[in-house]
Amino acid sequence: MTTTPVIEAIDETAASHGRPPLNVVYEWLTTVDHKKIGLMYIVYALIFLVIAGFQAILMRIQLAVPNNHFVSPQVFNQLFTMHGTTMVFFVGMPILFGFGNYLIPLMIGARDMAFPRLNAFSFWISAFAGVLLYFSYVGGSGLYAAGSAPDVGWFAYAPLTAKVFSPGHSTDYWTLAVFLSGVGSIGTALNIVTTILSMRCKGMTMGRMPLLVWLYLVMASLVFVTVSPLTAAQIMLTLDRYLGAHFFDTQAGGSAVLWMHFFWIFGHPEVYVLVLPAFAFVNEIVPVFSRKAIFGYAAMVAASVGIGFISLSVWAHHMFTVGLGPAGNTFFVFATMVISVPTGIKIFNWLATIWGGKVIFAVPMMFCIAFIFQFLVAGLTGIMLSAAPFDWQLGNSYFVVAHFHYVLVGAILFALFAAFYYWYPKVTGRMMSEKLGKWHFWLFVIGFHLTFDFMHIPGLLGMPRRIYTYEAGREWETLNLIVGIGAIIQTIATLIFVYNLVRSYFQGEVAGHDPWDAWTLEWATPSPPPSYNFAVDPTVNSRRPLWDLKHPEDSDTGYE
Amino acid sequence: MSCFDKYSATCSSNGEGGFALYGATFYAGPAFAQSPTSIFDPAATPAHSIFDLSMLVLSVTLAIFLIVAGLLVYALIRFRHRSTDSDREPPQIYGSNQIELSWTVIPILIVVMLFLTTTRVILGTEAIPKPASALDVIVIGHQFWWEYRYPRLGVVTANELHVPISNPAAPTPTYLTMSSADVSHSFWVPRLAGKMDVIPNRVNVMWIDPKQAGLFLGQCAQYCGTQHAKMLLRVYAQSPEDFAAWVNQQKQPARQDFSGNPAAAEGQTVFMHSACINCHTIAGTVATGRFGPDLTHLGSRDTIASGPVQNTPENLRKWIDHPDSMKPGSLMPSMHLNDHDLDVITAYLTQLH
Amino acid sequence: MMNTTSAIPIDGAMETPWTLPYRGTVGMACLIVAEAAIFIIFIVAYIYYIGKSLSGPTPAQVLEMPIFGTICLLSSSITVHFAVSALRKQNLRTCTIHLAGTVLLGSIFLITTAQEWYHLIHTEGLTIRTNLFGTTYYSLVGLHASHVVVGLIMLSLTLCFALMGRVTEEHSEKLEVLSLYWHFVDGVWVVVFLVVYVLGR
Repeated sequence: MTTTPVIEAIDETAASHGRPPLNVVYEWLTTVDHKKIGLMYIVYALIFLVIAGFQAILMRIQLAVPNNHFVSPQVFNQLFTMHGTTMVFFVGMPILFGFGNYLIPLMIGARDMAFPRLNAFSFWISAFAGVLLYFSYVGGSGLYAAGSAPDVGWFAYAPLTAKVFSPGHSTDYWTLAVFLSGVGSIGTALNIVTTILSMRCKGMTMGRMPLLVWLYLVMASLVFVTVSPLTAAQIMLTLDRYLGAHFFDTQAGGSAVLWMHFFWIFGHPEVYVLVLPAFAFVNEIVPVFSRKAIFGYAAMVAASVGIGFISLSVWAHHMFTVGLGPAGNTFFVFATMVISVPTGIKIFNWLATIWGGKVIFAVPMMFCIAFIFQFLVAGLTGIMLSAAPFDWQLGNSYFVVAHFHYVLVGAILFALFAAFYYWYPKVTGRMMSEKLGKWHFWLFVIGFHLTFDFMHIPGLLGMPRRIYTYEAGREWETLNLIVGIGAIIQTIATLIFVYNLVRSYFQGEVAGHDPWDAWTLEWATPSPPPSYNFAVDPTVNSRRPLWDLKHPEDSDTGYE
Repeated sequence: MSCFDKYSATCSSNGEGGFALYGATFYAGPAFAQSPTSIFDPAATPAHSIFDLSMLVLSVTLAIFLIVAGLLVYALIRFRHRSTDSDREPPQIYGSNQIELSWTVIPILIVVMLFLTTTRVILGTEAIPKPASALDVIVIGHQFWWEYRYPRLGVVTANELHVPISNPAAPTPTYLTMSSADVSHSFWVPRLAGKMDVIPNRVNVMWIDPKQAGLFLGQCAQYCGTQHAKMLLRVYAQSPEDFAAWVNQQKQPARQDFSGNPAAAEGQTVFMHSACINCHTIAGTVATGRFGPDLTHLGSRDTIASGPVQNTPENLRKWIDHPDSMKPGSLMPSMHLNDHDLDVITAYLTQLH
Repeated sequence: MMNTTSAIPIDGAMETPWTLPYRGTVGMACLIVAEAAIFIIFIVAYIYYIGKSLSGPTPAQVLEMPIFGTICLLSSSITVHFAVSALRKQNLRTCTIHLAGTVLLGSIFLITTAQEWYHLIHTEGLTIRTNLFGTTYYSLVGLHASHVVVGLIMLSLTLCFALMGRVTEEHSEKLEVLSLYWHFVDGVWVVVFLVVYVLGR
């Protein structure tokens, strides 16, 4: 068997220094290279993360004391709507697509995604959609001339969104921006599935793909049947608002509950679309820093696929209080509880990977460990909510808000932080500062728990969500204050992270091509990889091609 | 507290300390005891059954957390990389069928157990027959107030729901038949029951049977527009005698004789000649509007504006003058009345006991 | 300069030839799944609202089965299939004829739909805002028709290229991908036909 060395790339970075800035901008604007597109998605998402985080801080200040007058109810209602819509569609989806775009071709030994131009188109239409959503703040007047930013909640329940209850254009900005972002999502998902199925390097059977690739395959497949129902519902809503259709017009016999069904048929699998890539990152990082192969590869694949399928059948656990009747409620209780089984399997497999290993507490691993604890808690509060009668009390309260932020921030954002620290050296050629990383980690953990642990309690004490103020005397006051303080601490931690990102680009230690002693194909390229990724198309014989090279006496071939 | 069915064994032993949410116990205790809207302070059967189920679920999830988190912590400590370690990688273990099977089967069993107990509570709340002695109330949600109609008693009121307490020996639950006149709302009084959504073009039914007299607080729990936050709920559970007295009072048409009170008399005249009558009903007069709350017995209520404002003459006057100053975005417009009209109308309405 | 020590093995003698699915087909399959999901939601809405209109004409009163249009549309699936197989055998002329047939049959379908709508709007007074039936009918049939339009545009473009002699056997995979889309559109029509004109009446 012959080998070919990883050729040191023709150093394109040197060539790009000293080029006129306009050329560089033009290159980025017209690129179809998956790595550049991936980075654009990520930077775009980080900008919106800061904006939506700022919206959260404003809400927290308003809620810090009862009967506060920091913002008006109209502004507050816009804040929670924009915060939710931005975080899901313009932070979560883009950042995860960004990482997928960057990593998948590298991990499967390909040179680019299957449809590079579609890739660029999907990015730019999503980017435009985000700008459109925020244009609503300045475009035209809304109800009571409150500005047109959407104020109908990120799930835009009917008939609040009907023209009669939401005159002006706030709902339309929401509908159109999310619709366009959905088009972009379907495009990127199509690209991901096709790339994974049609562009793997020689020898990389489905059973030898890194788990990150499997999880993105499931996630992208899920997008097709997840985003489309929302797209359909938004077309219906727009027909209602502009052509006088009656899909959700309760005065004409239409059904408000139908919107809820369509929205949650999107909304529930959507959260799995968001969390599966988080699992993907953890699946790659935990083994490397435990110095052991992932425990139960096949079970992990089966569990991920299972989660994908089951997630399509649980949506009405968001509707336990709608009055579906005992049969309906019982079915969705069952389906929701069942999904905890494959999810639990994943947690146990991570635990078993760590068990017997040699755990290195580098910053990526620290974030992954926090992820595991926090995802465990989030899953358990999810089980609480899945018991429908318990949800009759806790649904639409701050307990639910705490639960889903535990998943979105405690699990997904933590996994993303881990992914940043882990792959930053590959993308930029430099290491991030471990010291700043540890500050970021500990401050964020403290802030996160102050906010989201304590946030469960007002829910248990009867505080509903989406209220711009509250009565004194319900014992919610101090808790809301603590929640707000945690938010400030998280903000500081995030600023440290952003500073680390920027500073390390210029002053970070040079990384080399494989700083973590890892085992998947992306670590066989230079850091950063050249535009063509691999000088020669690789061939693989196992799940961990670089492990085989480093440990020929104990290679993975034969362990599948 | 009274418990519901077989799993009640867990409820009496756990009490309030058992459900501490991982890390916030030290604060939780006192707050739970003092909050008027705590789900852990049930005062009616639906809330009780949910409480009991919640104790079971919390115990199970707490146990799972302690075991899994404990194992994780142990693994991280025991298997950490020590500087004295050799450079050799640890043995690569790819899986184990027995272990993986066991941690599939055990969760399935836990799920089955939780599912069955949950189903029992669902059926016990939603699928039981309605007793003949039940009181019927029609609840209509509006932006941003609650309308209550007692069809068999001939009572119509708003924002403050009065119900009789229910004696477990001879239960008299109140059945709430709910729909909305505009957008979706949700009726949530945590100490009495779980919430139920109030949806236009749809009828939902729930029941409550308060076991003790008192005032139970809650608020709308489905975002319904600008003033969702101040669409509060007040449920007055009364002894059968007190309730009957209240019904008798509410059934009467509005007071019309103000011989000793010229301001109120004039206020009545002004009111009946203003646009107020287009939105509000005062039984026995020409005011028959349905868009806003029924004002026939406004003077008998503790609060106005659906809860956030105490019902005093000063507040009432301010509300009529400029509702947006107290509840910005409420759908009652300012009527731009002059000071004199405001004074007399306020005098009139405060007399409507 | 960085030190690269890792090397990727190249196995000169692969046991089996390494073939992966054609990316065009996979991509089109993904698009079809997504579009199918959108159609399913509109169909669910249609079925949910059967019999629930508060007023206005009912399907039984105003709908007539569009047999001719349906036959045309479904036949166009056959013609496009022959176009693909002809191209695989490098028979450009036959391919062009069948493409033209497909475009013609598809256009006839659209015309019959337009005629039906004209009748419904002007004679029966049924519009999208009339009642729930009007809303769900026009949106579902209209969504399908818009997909037919897109398909016809693509097919017409291909026909133009074929008439210019620029389509060769190399493009047969791409033509097959387009034909998959067209088969999907026809398949959706079968479901719409059954739900609207058979079940719903």
